[in-house]
Amino acid sequence: MTGAQDDGTVLRVEGLSVSYGAVQALRGASLIARRSEVIGIVGESGCGKSTLASALIGLPAPGARMRGQVEIGGRDIVAAPERARRAMRGAAVAMIFQDPMTSFNPVLTLGQQLTDFQHRSALPRRARRARAAAMLARVGLPDPELALDRHIHELSGGMRQRAAIAAALLMQPQLLVADEPTTALDVTMEAQIIHLLRELRHEHQGAIVVITHHLGVIGELCDRVYVMYAGEIVEEGTTDEIYHDPRHPYTQALIACDPAHIAGTVDRLPTIPDRVPDLDPPPPGCSFAPRCPVAMARCRTDAPPRVTVGPGHAAACHRVTP
Amino acid sequence: MLRYTAKRTGLAVLNLLIVMVAMYAMVFLVPGDPASVALGPRATPALKAELVTRMGLDQPIWRQVWNFFANAVQGNLGYDVWSGRPVLDQILEAFPNTLILGGVALGWALVLGVALGCLAVVWRGGVLDTLLGLLSVSMIAVPSFVIAIYALLVFAVWLNWLPAIGAGTAGDIGSQVRALILPSFAIGITWVGYLARLVRASMLEVMGEAHIRTARAFGLSEFRIVTRYALRLAIIPTLAVLAVGFGSILSAAVFVETVFSRPGIGTLIISAVAKRNYPLVMGTTLFMTAFYLFIVTAADLVIARLDPRVRDVFRGG
Ligand SMILES: Nc1ncnc2c1ncn2[C@@H]1O[C@H](COP(=O)(O)OP(=O)(O)OP(=O)(O)O)[C@@H](O)[C@H]1O
Ligand SMILES: [Mg+2]
Repeated sequence: MTGAQDDGTVLRVEGLSVSYGAVQALRGASLIARRSEVIGIVGESGCGKSTLASALIGLPAPGARMRGQVEIGGRDIVAAPERARRAMRGAAVAMIFQDPMTSFNPVLTLGQQLTDFQHRSALPRRARRARAAAMLARVGLPDPELALDRHIHELSGGMRQRAAIAAALLMQPQLLVADEPTTALDVTMEAQIIHLLRELRHEHQGAIVVITHHLGVIGELCDRVYVMYAGEIVEEGTTDEIYHDPRHPYTQALIACDPAHIAGTVDRLPTIPDRVPDLDPPPPGCSFAPRCPVAMARCRTDAPPRVTVGPGHAAACHRVTP
Repeated sequence: MLRYTAKRTGLAVLNLLIVMVAMYAMVFLVPGDPASVALGPRATPALKAELVTRMGLDQPIWRQVWNFFANAVQGNLGYDVWSGRPVLDQILEAFPNTLILGGVALGWALVLGVALGCLAVVWRGGVLDTLLGLLSVSMIAVPSFVIAIYALLVFAVWLNWLPAIGAGTAGDIGSQVRALILPSFAIGITWVGYLARLVRASMLEVMGEAHIRTARAFGLSEFRIVTRYALRLAIIPTLAVLAVGFGSILSAAVFVETVFSRPGIGTLIISAVAKRNYPLVMGTTLFMTAFYLFIVTAADLVIARLDPRVRDVFRGG
């Protein structure tokens, strides 16, 4: 692996904030991912997961303002000018997009796009096409040569998602970002894709960041988890710690609402009352305080400290004690 | 694709048949027989009778319609009332002039329009973008014969840079090109701004689509994204408009040909109408309709090639 630091860190995010005008969609996020590691980012809709993903690949939405650092293989993609960012995209970092139907070009064939994406390769077009076919076969497309001559709307949902995964893997990136890789799929297809990603993670040399609102995906795929709430990372830990020893009240509520964790039958699935707060501007103090069952007066006024509860396990909460 | 082509061609042929029947009805079923109109009030009965027989007007209507259809299919559009020359010969003689004029006008309008539209997207909100917005609206409203008259006045009469009339000396490419400049300018200029705006609008829409973001995420250059990933989609609405617009370009050519006294379909129709030369009027109209339908159908097929989703919708339905 080139570019990774000695301790195997591939991705280091430090104090990353992203705002869309007055909306502070991401505030001071810090995280790391090491070589051969799969980390999960989990949180409700609108908590800033896609915002984080677009910052990781150096492609913020037009009008978004980024601050902080995103180092991939030691190079900061936030500080880099657009030219340098472009040189990192599709080389150091690649992305599996959420909806493969709209994220492939509708008028070019899959083969044309997969060969184009390898534009930095010195290989001739034919060889690049052959690589693409081999990768499609690897991700389980039954007839890769045929699929290369197809347009995206001629493939089934599962095949599209496999093609999207193949596209990203073709780049052999140090960092692979998957934004909701299974959300567009039905349950059977989701299980198949998760199974595929589990297989692939052993072949992949770099780090993988899986973004999802679905705890099941985290449990199946990830080594470590970052829990996000309203644009902030509120807890981090190993998948085991998050599942069995959640410390932040939000994480606890999230686990309690996961249908997989509910024993027996219930009339109604539990939900977290109220909604995610407005981020324009975010509330003072802890952003979860308005919905928190154990909030104190201090929670509404003072920002919570980051409390370390074990090696690699930390939560941002006034209630948490080491 | 084959089935789509067959369907589109079938529709075009049906269209043409309807136009032929309607045209026949207009000329022959209205009161007053064409022979008297053509020959004028002072024609002798003998002269009229002779023309009636020659035009086949003494036969039953169904027979006339049938003859007209059968002849037209075989490429016989009838004979000139005055000179007796085959109508088709005269059309084929004049048509290349009009086609070249319309084609050149459209060609440079398209090239310039697409290029300006793309640049307006690259430099969004810049001087060119703003200027284009102002110009396109005002230009499309000006009829091309007005521009033709002013262009003739300024460049041919006052400045004497370019020839005022004619199509140039036969065999002399230089003089033919020089004779084309002003008329094709007059026709094309009203389209440049319009096309640029059209390309700009659809390009902006396409550039916001998710697949463009994917192409960027894989590090493709902005130039490659615009030309390979976006232009093909952005040009589709433009082509559709252009095909229909070709009709209005041809009618603009009719006027502009008259202003510049260029030989062509325009001058042919106008003199035919003036002399009540019905077979020539009908033949020319039919020919131009057929040509127009051909262009629209061809554009449809090109669009289907560019966007595979279009032909699949057709295949499915
Ligand atoms: N381009 C943008 N312009 C303005 N606001 C934006 C933009 N993109 C996202 N936002 C806002 O930023 C916040 C975070 O959005 P983001 O898409 O990152 O959430 P998410 O966690 O990915 O949600 P989901 O699970 O629905 O995909 C939301 O309040 C959203 O409205
Ligand atoms: Mg999202």
